[in-house]
Amino acid sequence: MQTASNQIVLRNIYKNFGSINALKDISMVTDSGKIHCILGDNGAGKSTLVNIISGVFQPDQGEYTVNEKRVLFKDPRQALDAGISTVYQNLAIIPIMNIYRNFFLGNEPIHGRLNTINKDFAIETTVKELKKFDINIEDAKRAAGTLSGGQRQILAIARALYFGAKILILDEPTSALGVRESAKVVEQIAQLREHNINVILVSHNIEQAFSLGDEFFIFKNGELVGQFNKLETSANKLRSILEK
Amino acid sequence: MISLRGMFSRPETGALLGLVFVWGFFAIFAHNGFLSLQGTKSYLQVSSEIGILAIGVTLLMISGEFDLSIGSLIGFSSMSVALLTMEANLSMPVASFLTLIMVMFIGYCNGITVVKSGLPSFIITLGSLFMVRGITIAISKLVTGRTQLGGLADSKGYNIMSSIFGNSLTISGTDFPISIFWWILFGVLGYLILRHTQIGNWIFATGASKESASLMGIPVKNVKVSLFMLTAFCAWFIAITQVTTFGGADVLRGEQKEFIAIIAAVIGGTLLTGGYGSIIGTMIGALIFGIVKQGIIFAGVDADWFQVFMGVMLISAVLVNGIFRKKYADS
Repeated sequence: MQTASNQIVLRNIYKNFGSINALKDISMVTDSGKIHCILGDNGAGKSTLVNIISGVFQPDQGEYTVNEKRVLFKDPRQALDAGISTVYQNLAIIPIMNIYRNFFLGNEPIHGRLNTINKDFAIETTVKELKKFDINIEDAKRAAGTLSGGQRQILAIARALYFGAKILILDEPTSALGVRESAKVVEQIAQLREHNINVILVSHNIEQAFSLGDEFFIFKNGELVGQFNKLETSANKLRSILEK
Repeated sequence: MISLRGMFSRPETGALLGLVFVWGFFAIFAHNGFLSLQGTKSYLQVSSEIGILAIGVTLLMISGEFDLSIGSLIGFSSMSVALLTMEANLSMPVASFLTLIMVMFIGYCNGITVVKSGLPSFIITLGSLFMVRGITIAISKLVTGRTQLGGLADSKGYNIMSSIFGNSLTISGTDFPISIFWWILFGVLGYLILRHTQIGNWIFATGASKESASLMGIPVKNVKVSLFMLTAFCAWFIAITQVTTFGGADVLRGEQKEFIAIIAAVIGGTLLTGGYGSIIGTMIGALIFGIVKQGIIFAGVDADWFQVFMGVMLISAVLVNGIFRKKYADS
């Protein structure tokens, strides 16, 4: 790659929890405008990888660079500031809070001398930003729990992009969704390429990942056992490696 | 526009119905002056003390934690002020200020212990409830040999403190204690903070999902520790109000107030699990508490029935709130 925009490079990353080697010698590169699929069984190290990239954990060894600059995130906030945002499957939004408060969670727009939340702006922006993702909500004051599962995932994605995410990690975005809801979310994820986002997608669903992704990384027991470009592989080939 | 659905999904709706019911009930059955200005003053005074505590407790509960130590913090504060003025000869404002620092520190310790250990605040603050009460009684006996102290009205600076905390305003011949106005002011501030500021959003998010909130960069631990310090502050405020109203202190001041404050919050629609609640609801909850407590006296019924009534109110509130929320908010 000539340009280094929104590029993540991991070199020889190790992470241990006690005597368990959660990640062993992981080296990989992800770039903007591409969808990178992280495949693997439970316990393969996918979550640990995501948590290291998003600043929840720190690697024990190895080098982590964003746009050719070495980084050491102490917490998710620092990763967010570097443009790295994660959408977790269950933690994307808070159902009991309303939609616009969820959209601006942790980034509340304030105005006036008393630093109060600018509700009109927050509601207007939420409705506008969701519309870009084909979601029309009439009432942004509704509890976010009243949105469908797919809409919640898209809300979290729209929110991440609005707040400047350039590198977006999606953790099993469709695993809890029905077929039709999944299709809608997949359609929106595919469009993230055009926004030049570096997408890292963690998935169980090989068919879906294959139809959506550009690059595939297969994890087993904390190791990166295979790395493929879409042109040089097939869903069946990926499955055979995973199930070997 | 206010729709029926919108109205019933608000946390304070159940409490408002309860308020109308208890007020109507005592307006009909308590003939001995419940409706007079004196009667109104008497239940507003009771409501205001519980109300100020309950506002702090509500914010803390919305953030997902409990503080059972506030009752003993009231006893501690009143005794500390009394000892510092009468035994250490400090002026009352200085004694109150030193006490405030100690009480806020205890609140800080409660908070830090809860967020660092990850243990339920119910247990941690139950422990500090007993520790603080025990320390208060022990020190008080050690220094003075007694558990009650009077005669504070003659101490230095009492008048200044009394004019801030123990004063009253006369409205058509009836003296309304200033604590009622403090209560309303605290309520307005609490409401604005919770509904209209960033901190308020953080409090809701912290209680609704600590994990989600922290992933969005919200400092959930700081939010919780600050709120433990707020409940401690409210306990101190009530203690000073009592000291300057009665001119004395008692180690047992504030007993069971921790539970009553939680009851007021729950009647007002605050969820025990955090993430949901309302200051207006809590104000109404405190008002219901005051009306029932004083209304029973005005009705000439044995005051023992008060506890039965409050228990019934609490359980009905939880049931009714649960039904409303299921039906209109979560669907």
